[in-house]
Amino acid sequence: MSEQFKQALDGITRVRGVRGALLVTDDDGLVIADAVMEGVRGDAVAALAASLSARMARATVGAGVGEQNFLQLQAEHGTLLTMPAPNGVLVVVLAEKDVNVGLVRLEMLRAVEAVK
Amino acid sequence: MTAELAGNPDSLVFLELGEALRRRGQLYAAAKAAVAGLERHPRLADSHDLYARILVDMGHLQQAYDEWQATVELDPRHRGAHKGLGFLCYRWGDLDGALEHLELAVAADPMDQSVVQALRMVRDAAAELTEVVEEPQQSLFQGLDGADHGMLLFDTRGRVLGGGMSNQLGEDVSKDVAAYVSGGCQEADRSSRILELGDWHWMVVEGVGGSMHVSRSESDTLLLVARDGSVPSGRLAVLADRAAEVALQWLEAQQP
Repeated sequence: MSEQFKQALDGITRVRGVRGALLVTDDDGLVIADAVMEGVRGDAVAALAASLSARMARATVGAGVGEQNFLQLQAEHGTLLTMPAPNGVLVVVLAEKDVNVGLVRLEMLRAVEAVK
Repeated sequence: MTAELAGNPDSLVFLELGEALRRRGQLYAAAKAAVAGLERHPRLADSHDLYARILVDMGHLQQAYDEWQATVELDPRHRGAHKGLGFLCYRWGDLDGALEHLELAVAADPMDQSVVQALRMVRDAAAELTEVVEEPQQSLFQGLDGADHGMLLFDTRGRVLGGGMSNQLGEDVSKDVAAYVSGGCQEADRSSRILELGDWHWMVVEGVGGSMHVSRSESDTLLLVARDGSVPSGRLAVLADRAAEVALQWLEAQQP
């Protein structure tokens, strides 16, 4: 993993409540780089997040919301966040349900910058 | 039966034992017997069917669905599995799926009155829903900001129940959006299940031109609230909460 990517992901995982951060390909959900806690299935997170993001992308365009730039799925025991980055990359974060999403978003934006 | 199974672990008596334990409410013991049987007889449709019935009693509906799917893959005419799948589809609001499976269950055993009765009930429900679908309640969210062009209530199959959704050109995109979002919500279901996140409650998607908030009610309907970029996410969530209350009241009023 390049040092640049590693630093970007480490910035995300330093936010309290984050269980894993990944850079994945947005079309097929393959892991490019990851920093996940033990027990987190990085490949599954990557594949499912990319698939969810792609499915919802059609809906956002249809609803006139335009090209997607952030997605948050809030569930009973956790939160899944995605943010598209350039060059077909998706930043994905898996976190506890009560994570500070604002802080995570800031770090995700930094990761997007790192991918440029 | 336990002694017989201990003496001959390959015996099919685990099917009888598991079912007896299930009926007695000893679900953990029943599941243990079923899983042990499945390990020895993974190609036996009845072993998957038994495990599915136990999983339903335990409340693990998605796993039960997967087991019954495995059952019908092994035995496409398995009455119990189609009956179970019909029950789950009905519970999840998928009336088409429920009808399909219950019809297959009846075809496998036309004398099973419980299936015939269930099929009749689902047909009645489907007929009622069709009436609703033909006339979506456009005024459902009347009084709320953006009631007619940015709030949409629909079911998990993407059938519009009320509200409306327009694009920037003012064109009605309700049906298309409901179809896309319901597909996305199925993906959200899958992600939550596989990642062990529990049930998902809501989803926010922000785009370059605005945001949308999708929430799921207890009755498995989906509510979408979309706004342009001038409305912050927090405000969108408040709007979505208000719309959810209205939708809930309306749905309750539709109950016979």
